[in-house]
Amino acid sequence: MTNAGGSRTISILKPGIRAPDFTLKSTPDQSVSLRDFRGRPVVIAFYPADWSPVCSDQMGLYAQVMPEFKKFNAEVLGISVDGIWTHLAFAKDRKLNFPLLSDFEPKGAVSRSYGAYEAHVGESARALFVVDARGSIAWSMLSPDGVNPGADGILSALERLERDAPRSKSA
Amino acid sequence: MTQQYQAPRLTVPVGARDHAEGPPGARVVLLEYGDYQCPYCGAAYPIVKRIQKHLGERLRFVFRNFPITNAHPQAQWAAEHAEASAAQGRFWQMHDYLYEHQDSLGDEAFFARFEQKLKLDLARLDREVAQHVHLDRIQEDFMSGVRSGVNGTPTFFINGVRYDGYPEFAPLVSALETAEKGSR
Repeated sequence: MTNAGGSRTISILKPGIRAPDFTLKSTPDQSVSLRDFRGRPVVIAFYPADWSPVCSDQMGLYAQVMPEFKKFNAEVLGISVDGIWTHLAFAKDRKLNFPLLSDFEPKGAVSRSYGAYEAHVGESARALFVVDARGSIAWSMLSPDGVNPGADGILSALERLERDAPRSKSA
Repeated sequence: MTQQYQAPRLTVPVGARDHAEGPPGARVVLLEYGDYQCPYCGAAYPIVKRIQKHLGERLRFVFRNFPITNAHPQAQWAAEHAEASAAQGRFWQMHDYLYEHQDSLGDEAFFARFEQKLKLDLARLDREVAQHVHLDRIQEDFMSGVRSGVNGTPTFFINGVRYDGYPEFAPLVSALETAEKGSR
């Protein structure tokens, strides 16, 4: 695996920063806002595209690790610039059990607000954020192109959150 | 902290609970997280066999379960059959047979014929699979993989460090021999 030299100039939001709020469609007639989940941790997984093999593994893995995420009362949100209909087909095909949000119009606006947009290809970067119960970024990671970042970093971040604020679970 | 990407390491070291082939004292240990229904694991299976033959007693090979059940509906069934066979001392025979007959996964009668040939106690095996007796162990394997940076299958670790190269004979042997030299 190689880091693509000059193209990786993006810089994602760092821990301690308030997570920018957003409202995005999860189905043709339903929207999800980050602030809906205040009081519990939220995992935000920006990814480049539905159907590409690396992403499929990544999202499928999160679906399977969901019982572990739920132990931390965490919500998982997948975000890409794909339209809502491709998200629905993709989620059904991969049996995903968390919402995929469509950062479609204006294209990539939410991804940009997190510093997680690859403008040269017009896709979200493969970036992970764990947002704490108060809405601040607790952990973030930008993964190299083509590398599935897995769930390990997310679980470690959720563990640290629970250790530091054990009461947030009941909030 | 914003974390920089780094190649993951095995969080649960190889130990007595693992299924292993090759001498315990081997200087190089190849560990695979695998899914019996995964076509890429099926493709890697003969390559691992070839590597084992090539390196002989220099290599210890370990297999852990990583069934991706939302994509592979027979993966857990297969893993449970392998673990139930392990409980009767026949893990590797069943492991190999599952990979050699991926097209027949889920076919109880087909695998029962082989289990009979292995002289397994079929009543016990069926009961353990039906009651998911070995599911906790499979889930332990899976989570140890997740915590070690396993994202898909097959994922290999060489002496505890994730191998990110191609799962082909030459690059794997080369990486194993490099690791072997490093552990002298």
